[in-house]
Amino acid sequence: MKVLVAVKRVIDYNVKVRVRADNSNVDLANVKMSINPFCEIAVEESVRLKESGAATEVVVVSIGPKAVQEQIRSALAAGADRGIWVETDDTELSGLAVARLLAQVVRDEQPGLVLLGKQAIDTDNNQTGQMLAALLDWPQATFASKLEVKGAEVEVTREIDGGLQTLALTLPAVVTADLRLNTPRYIKLPDIMKAKRKPLATTSPAALAVGPGTGVKLLGVTPPTERRGGIKVESVAALVDCLKNQAQVL
Amino acid sequence: MSYLHPYQDVAFVLRKVVDFDGLCAAAGHDEINADLAATILSEAGRLGSEVLAPLNRVGDREGARMGAQGVEESPGFKDAYRQFADAGWLSLTVAEDFGGQDLPNCLGTAVNEIWHSANMAFALCPMLSQGAMEAIGHHADDALKALYLPKLAAGEWTGTMNITEADAGSDLAAIKTKARPAGDHYLITGQKLYITWGDHGMTDNIVHLVLARLPDAPPGVKGISLFIVPKFLLDAKGEPGERNAVNCLSLEHKLGIHASPTCLMDFTDAVGFLVGEPNNGLAYMFTMMNHARQSVGLQGLAISERAYQEALQYAKDRLQGTRRDGSRIPIIEFPDVRRMLMTMKSCIEAMRVLALVAAAEADRARYATDPAVAARHFARLEVYTPIVKGWLTELAQELTSLGIQIDGGMGYVEEAGAAQHYRDARILPIYEGTTGIQALDFVGRKMLANKGETLLALLTEMEQTAAELRSTPYRYGSVVKAFEAAVAAGTRARQSLLDGAAADRHLAGSASVNFLMLFGYLCGGWLMVKSAQQAQLMLNAGEGDPQLLSAKLTTTRFFCEHLLPRTGACLASVLAGSESTMALTAEQL
Repeated sequence: MKVLVAVKRVIDYNVKVRVRADNSNVDLANVKMSINPFCEIAVEESVRLKESGAATEVVVVSIGPKAVQEQIRSALAAGADRGIWVETDDTELSGLAVARLLAQVVRDEQPGLVLLGKQAIDTDNNQTGQMLAALLDWPQATFASKLEVKGAEVEVTREIDGGLQTLALTLPAVVTADLRLNTPRYIKLPDIMKAKRKPLATTSPAALAVGPGTGVKLLGVTPPTERRGGIKVESVAALVDCLKNQAQVL
Repeated sequence: MSYLHPYQDVAFVLRKVVDFDGLCAAAGHDEINADLAATILSEAGRLGSEVLAPLNRVGDREGARMGAQGVEESPGFKDAYRQFADAGWLSLTVAEDFGGQDLPNCLGTAVNEIWHSANMAFALCPMLSQGAMEAIGHHADDALKALYLPKLAAGEWTGTMNITEADAGSDLAAIKTKARPAGDHYLITGQKLYITWGDHGMTDNIVHLVLARLPDAPPGVKGISLFIVPKFLLDAKGEPGERNAVNCLSLEHKLGIHASPTCLMDFTDAVGFLVGEPNNGLAYMFTMMNHARQSVGLQGLAISERAYQEALQYAKDRLQGTRRDGSRIPIIEFPDVRRMLMTMKSCIEAMRVLALVAAAEADRARYATDPAVAARHFARLEVYTPIVKGWLTELAQELTSLGIQIDGGMGYVEEAGAAQHYRDARILPIYEGTTGIQALDFVGRKMLANKGETLLALLTEMEQTAAELRSTPYRYGSVVKAFEAAVAAGTRARQSLLDGAAADRHLAGSASVNFLMLFGYLCGGWLMVKSAQQAQLMLNAGEGDPQLLSAKLTTTRFFCEHLLPRTGACLASVLAGSESTMALTAEQL
C-alpha cells in the first residue's frame, strides 16, 4: 500500500509570532520555519506503517514556494521515500484550495491511505483533511490517536470530547493525526544527508489543472490587546457593579 | 530550565562572516550549503533541548559514582547517549571511509556548541571520542584504523586521552608510565590522573589513548610514545572480548561537571598497540592540539550562552520596584541589569564568531589546493587556537558569574541553576592546557618564534577593516574610535614584546596572559565589526530580519564601547614589564 502524507511549512512553534506593522499578516520575514507539528506526526506514522510492513511506499507532498522543499527534505530525512512539490507563490492558500490540489495529486498517485495533520498551528483551520475526503468521496477519520491497518480496512481511534471513539474505515481513506498518535523520532544525521538524494518531483496548480481562488481572502491580522493593569475596588458591591457595567461579564 | 539553540546568530555568522557556502564550494562539496547546515543545526538543537538539556541538573545532583563493576554514569545518561549515538552525531566530521559524513569542521563546531550548552558534562564524552578519532585517523596504521575508527564514529565505543600523571601535569617531560614490547603488542604499566570519562557503562568498549615510555626511550618529551589500550581486547571478529588490565581506581570529587567521571586510571601490564612511530607521541598530541583546545574554548562559549538564557529569563520574570500606577517592574528594566545582560550578550556573540571563524581556518587549510594558501590558513589557525582556548574560557568565568549576579540571592541558591553553570565553567581555563600555558604558547611559538610575522599579518587585516570603517559613513563613531585604539594597542604590545623579550627574561612569561587577553578582545572586536558591516549591508539591501540585524549593530557598538577598552589595560600591564611581578622574594610573598 502506498501512503501519501501532506506537510505544511509553518512558523516554528518556538518563535514568538509578530504581526506586521500594517496589520496585513503575521511577519514571516526570516523567522525560523518548520514542518507543522501535526504534519510531523503524520509523517512519523506513515514511516512507522512502512517499517511495520503495512505500507510499501511513503510519498510526501507540500504546496508553496521553493522554501517548502526544506520541509519535504525533512520528511524525506524522517523516512519518506519521495517527494512531490506543488509549486505556487501563493502563501495564503485556503484549506479548500489546498484540498483541491491534494485531491488531484491523490488521483494521480492512487495511494491507499492519505495522512495529514489535524490542523496547522499557524491558521488553526482544521479543514483540509475533511475537505479532501469530501472531494475524493473517501471515508475520513479525524483527530486520530491510534491507527492500525487491518487488511482492506484501517482502524482508527479518535480523540473526541467524551473520550475515545474507534472507527473502521474502508481503504482508501483520509486520516488526520492528533497530538497523541505518536512522538516523532529524532532524525539521524546520515538520513539528513541521504534525503538530499531522494527523488523530489515538481508540479504546479496549472499542471494539476486546479484553478485558483476559493472565495476566501485575508483582510487583516491584529495582535491580542495587551494586558492592562487591574484596579482595586472598595467593596463587593463595587466589584459586582464593575463586572456588570465595566467588564459586562455578568 | 530550558535551553534553545540561538539558531539565528549561528546562521548569520556561518552565512555572512564564515562564508560557509563559499568554503564548501571551494572544497568541491557542492551538496553542502548553508541550507543543509540549517537543517542539521535544527535537528541537533532539538535533541539538545529535549534530551540532553533536561539531564543537566540531574547529572549535577547525582554525579557519576564508583560501583562494583566500575563507574556508573548519572541516571538517564546511558539512554541519552544511545539516542545521541544512534542519530549519528559522532560521525559528523569523520571521513566517509570510516562511516563518517565528512562535513566541514566549522559546521561540526557549530553543532558541538549545542551539546556543550545543553549538557557540558555529557558532551565531554563525545568530545573525547572525537579527539581519539583524530589521533587514530592521523597517525595509526591502516589495521588499527579499520578496527577502531568505524566503532568510534558510530558511537558504539567511546575514546579517552590518558596524558596527565601525578607528577606530570603541564610538564609532560615527567611522564613515567612504561610500555614494554611483547610480540605484536606492548604491555603498559602506570597510573594516569584526571582521565575524563575514563570509565562508564554506556558502551561495550572504551578506547584509551595513552602516553607512555618505551624501555630505550630518550629522556624528556622526545621519549614519549602513544598507545591504544582498549578496555576490552578485541576478538578475531573485532568485537570486545577479554577484559584488559586497565581499571578506574577512584573518581575525583570536583567543583563542577559532576556527571563527567574524572578517573584515576591504573594500567598493570595492560595490552596496548603503538600508534605511529615510537617516541613520537608528543608530536602526535600536538596535531590534535588545535582541535582539542578549540573544543574547550567552544565550551566557554556554550556554557556562557546557557547562563545567559537562564539570566535573561530571570531578568524578565523577576519583579522588583513599583511604578506610580502600582504595576511592578521586571528587573530587566534597570540599567545595571541591562549592563550585565549586554555584557553577556555582546561577549557571547564575539566568542561565537571567533570560535566559528577559527574553526573554518582548519577547513580552509585542509581544502586549499595551493600549498602557500594552505600554509597561510594553518598559520592563522595556530594563532587563533590559544586565543580561542584562553580568552573564551577566561571570559566564561566573568559571564557565568554575571549570570549569578543578575539572579541576585537566587543565583547563589543551587535550585536556580545559575550556580551550576558557574561551577561547571571553572574547569575550562584549566584542562587542555591552562590559561598560562595558552599564553606561553601564544607569545612563544605563535609570536616570538616567527618574529611576530603571523601576528603582523593579522594586525594588517585589522588595519584594512579600520580603513574600510573610516572610508564609509558608519553610524557609530565610537565603534571606529574604539576599534582603531584597540588595533593600535595590539600593534604596540607586539612591538614591545619583540623589542624587550631578549633583554628581560621574565617579560614574555609575566606579560603573556595580558598579551593573550588583549588579542582576545581585539579579535572578538574585529570580528564583531565585520559582523556589523555585513548586517549593515543586509539592512541597506532590505534583506534579512531587521530586528536581528539592528541588534547586531548595537551589540557590536556595546562591545566596542565597553569591552574593547580593556585592551588598553592589558597593554599597560604588558608595557609595565616584569619588574614588580618578580621583585619580591618567595619569602616576602
